[in-house]
Amino acid sequence: MKEELFLSGRMNPNIDPYLNIWHWQIPLYLFLGGLAAGILFFAALYTIRGKAHLMPATVKWATFLVPAALVLGLISLFLDLKHKPFFWQLYTTIRFESPMSWGAWVLMLVTPLSFIWSASYLRETVPSWKWRYRWLESFESWVIKNRPGLSWAMIVLAVILGIYTGILLSAFNARPLWNASILGPLFLVSGLSTGAAVIMWLSKDPAERKLMSKIDLMLIGIELFLIVHLFMGFLASTAVQIDAAGLFLGGQFTLGFWVFVVLLGIIVPGILEIMEIRGYHIPVAVPAILILYGGLLFRFIMVEAGQITRYLY
Amino acid sequence: MRYAMAIDVKKCVGCSDCVVACQVENNVHHGYCRDWVTETINGTYPQLETEIRSERCNHCDNAPCVRCCPTGASHIADGGIVLVTARKCIGCGACIQSCPYDARYSHPDGHVDKCTFCAHRVEAGQQPACVAVCPTSCMYFGDIDNPYSDISQIMKVRKWKVLAPEAGTRPQIFYLL
Repeated sequence: MKEELFLSGRMNPNIDPYLNIWHWQIPLYLFLGGLAAGILFFAALYTIRGKAHLMPATVKWATFLVPAALVLGLISLFLDLKHKPFFWQLYTTIRFESPMSWGAWVLMLVTPLSFIWSASYLRETVPSWKWRYRWLESFESWVIKNRPGLSWAMIVLAVILGIYTGILLSAFNARPLWNASILGPLFLVSGLSTGAAVIMWLSKDPAERKLMSKIDLMLIGIELFLIVHLFMGFLASTAVQIDAAGLFLGGQFTLGFWVFVVLLGIIVPGILEIMEIRGYHIPVAVPAILILYGGLLFRFIMVEAGQITRYLY
Repeated sequence: MRYAMAIDVKKCVGCSDCVVACQVENNVHHGYCRDWVTETINGTYPQLETEIRSERCNHCDNAPCVRCCPTGASHIADGGIVLVTARKCIGCGACIQSCPYDARYSHPDGHVDKCTFCAHRVEAGQQPACVAVCPTSCMYFGDIDNPYSDISQIMKVRKWKVLAPEAGTRPQIFYLL
């Protein structure tokens, strides 16, 4: 037997009996950041490929959601801070070793870019819209002319933003569940999948919807593959990571993860998309909502479970 | 110069004086602690082995809390002491997540707080409060780069271990076995 106890007592709030310093704000932000990255990625991809006119939901309508998602995400990040009046300290330095630092800077670049991008589509979407100042009009025409160039910046930033949501967690070696380098790609793919789901849901064009549905199906396949790899990696690793995987393989998160995330949030929408492609009529909102729900719950479970895993005691 | 601490688990009786001394010396907020005492019982009755350890921030050489801090609030001060500058800390919790020893906590004022090796006392040439108060003198504090310091001398003749070396943080609290 091995028994460990605190003789002196230790009950630091949110640290003991198990770590719970990050609450709903972080997973919500990780979800919104991934979603924004997904939508921006596809908008930039199809602009670069010169297919913008065929994909109105991808390059135009869905991108209107991105500034809102990013602002909400930033608000939730701000709400998570415990020393709020000092938040500006984030922007007094760049620390390359800290994923949170370069994440903050990427957000600083990608948020204005997403505003500019959707604003450049505003007059096309709302014909009665008029810019109040002349310089805004000339800036708009500059943006419209340079969309392919901006797309290159946007696609790179979208990938960094998407992968960062996973690296933020995987950089913490003290939390064995998070300390897996595959978490970055997994969160990126999950974010792209939620982005594709939103585009699919907004699209009124059957060809565009079908294309996004196929892309989403491929992303679902990759996501499942990465999840299997994540657990294979844990089980082949050290005792603390085997224990971490145990939370999902018989432990307290087994049902929540495999039934409510993997089955309902990944496999079922995947099957519905296959049926849709095969010609069955499925309301597109159903797989889209399931994917969004799966993506959100996945992040909540990962953040919650990761904080329980530890090295000592 | 590299400050470190060696704690003799054979001499420690688990009285928790170090915990109270720290709370008094550093005005630690009620309900919080920067150091704590752990008891590990190994074996099967009647062959039981008890180890009592006074634990705190390990002031790691490869400190993950300093690495992941987005503002530089967590930093390594003179002598390798890991400190937090409260007015630079945004309270994001990254360092708390990154510590395998769970040695940090969120101060009621919002910034992160932890053991400072009593840097204010050390600068004045005194021992940290926990070391100074220990009734069994089981704690040794000093410069391990200096081969003639008490801590270097005792570590030469005793077997020792560190906690969670597999976490790769190169902790600087040594437990004399």
